[in-house]
Amino acid sequence: MNFEIPAFLPAVPEMFVLAMACLILALDAFLPDSRRDITYGLVQATLAGAAVLTLWLAGPETQTTFSGTFVADPMSDVLKLAMYGVTFFVFLYARPYLIERDIYRGEFYVLGLFAVLGMMVMISAHNFLTLYLGLELLALSSYALVAFWRDSMRASEAAMKYFVLGALASGLLLYGLSMIYGMTGSLDIATVAAALRATEEGMNVPLVFGLVFVVVAVAFKLGAVPFHMWVPDVYDGAPTAVTLFIATAPKIAGFALLMRLLVEGLGPLHGDWGDMLVVLAVLSLAVGNVIAIAQTSLKRMFAYSTIAHVGFLFMGVLAGTETGYASAMFYIIVYALTAAGGFGMIILLSGRGHEADQLDDFRGLARRNPWFAFIMLLLLFSMAGVPPTVGFFAKLSVIQAAIGAGYVWLGIYAVVFSIIGAFYYLRVVKLMFFDDPVEERAAADRGGVFATAISVNGLAVLLLGIFPGLLLTLTHYAVAG
Amino acid sequence: MITLSHFLVLAALLFSISVAGIFLNRKNVIVLLMCIELMLLSVNINFIAFAFFLQDLAGQVFVFFILTVAAAEAAIGLAILVLLFRNRGTINVQDLDAMKG
Repeated sequence: MNFEIPAFLPAVPEMFVLAMACLILALDAFLPDSRRDITYGLVQATLAGAAVLTLWLAGPETQTTFSGTFVADPMSDVLKLAMYGVTFFVFLYARPYLIERDIYRGEFYVLGLFAVLGMMVMISAHNFLTLYLGLELLALSSYALVAFWRDSMRASEAAMKYFVLGALASGLLLYGLSMIYGMTGSLDIATVAAALRATEEGMNVPLVFGLVFVVVAVAFKLGAVPFHMWVPDVYDGAPTAVTLFIATAPKIAGFALLMRLLVEGLGPLHGDWGDMLVVLAVLSLAVGNVIAIAQTSLKRMFAYSTIAHVGFLFMGVLAGTETGYASAMFYIIVYALTAAGGFGMIILLSGRGHEADQLDDFRGLARRNPWFAFIMLLLLFSMAGVPPTVGFFAKLSVIQAAIGAGYVWLGIYAVVFSIIGAFYYLRVVKLMFFDDPVEERAAADRGGVFATAISVNGLAVLLLGIFPGLLLTLTHYAVAG
Repeated sequence: MITLSHFLVLAALLFSISVAGIFLNRKNVIVLLMCIELMLLSVNINFIAFAFFLQDLAGQVFVFFILTVAAAEAAIGLAILVLLFRNRGTINVQDLDAMKG
């Protein structure tokens, strides 16, 4: 038996992140609390370095390595770069929040980096095994992150709920994968697709049985109705810095999971899983948008709005066309960027011992700080899908793709529920601009870096909306490759 | 003669028991962790049975990875459990109601 040395080059960004994460973990143990900024700087430098490496290796060709378990293709490059960018903002926003609560420790950033590694592996997975390992690395890091604020009662409860339901989802995914493995005889995503294409006569009951489990697991992980129970509690209970993280970058990885597993692996069964996604999308759009109206906590409101956004994501994917996948990818990248800004704004208004996660905290913000109120306005408009922000183009392209694939009624349904959804976003805008502040609270000074970052984030949402061409071209290039 | 379907039925039974345990259990969080372990083990039976009858090693390799990940998962789950007990003094499932979910 001869052992072939695999090509390491396509996986260099992953190796770099892994090496740096281990290094930072060891280094951080020797740093006094006053020098924690070194850890922070190194982590951000790692993200930048990984981005440089990914850009350097990016190319239009598809390369597989490690016996076909790992793939580097245009889709993985674009998704990874988007994920680094969003994570960079997340780590930046998280810093003042952690300092104020005396939990500015290396663990947050190291766990975050391991989660990033897990997402990278997921994005580049070309085998059920790598997909599962990447997913678990992300999930285990996320559970630990939610529980990371040890003195918070709500955080530990949220962590337990997240852990139990996340583990349940992993179990369901594995059960479905084992069925598909049994029916196709392979774990390799391309081989599974080829085997499915070869046996395309009629319904194969165990196969569809396995497929149901896989779709349910993916719905659990992304938080689609009716598997959404954990989302509001985890978003609400986790420290805002952690909510910020788990609400943004992992959604991009979740899209990769959908693409690798359902589109690339089980693509020949599109007729079956497409219908399941229709049901999930219809329920998510309705439940997410309607229940969000009743929330008084901004974190819970964003949690339900995430559920509705996942419905849109499914709409793009279930169209089953290249345009559909590209628009879903556009949607999820835009969503991650916008949500990062939204949660960042909560951190901006929070202070020591005060959590600005209630709607009342935003009352009269325009009078206290017109510039940040304007940035928040842009972010909320983008989530609601008001032109000229980028959220409008994201929604438009997804709906166009769904209508192009023949789901006209679903397109109309999505428009109706976006209008219902616009209500609760615009209510926050009304509170900010037309109401008086409940109490005068001097906004904590976050320093120039934070203010610049959140301004860049908000203006990016506007600029991408005025010039959506670049990102649209990128997503089409990624999906076509 | 023990056939593939015997293994699959066994795995499906164990899997159903574990899922039922997660949803029916109202008393103790440790039982939830046990159910999760049982679920992963039932999946392992599935993988090994398929790997044996397909004469393919990949499924057995997968099982080793699942076992490893399950160990890590149990470690994190128990750590969260300890945290929960320190903060609230109870590990009763019904007491996990600070947030309506």
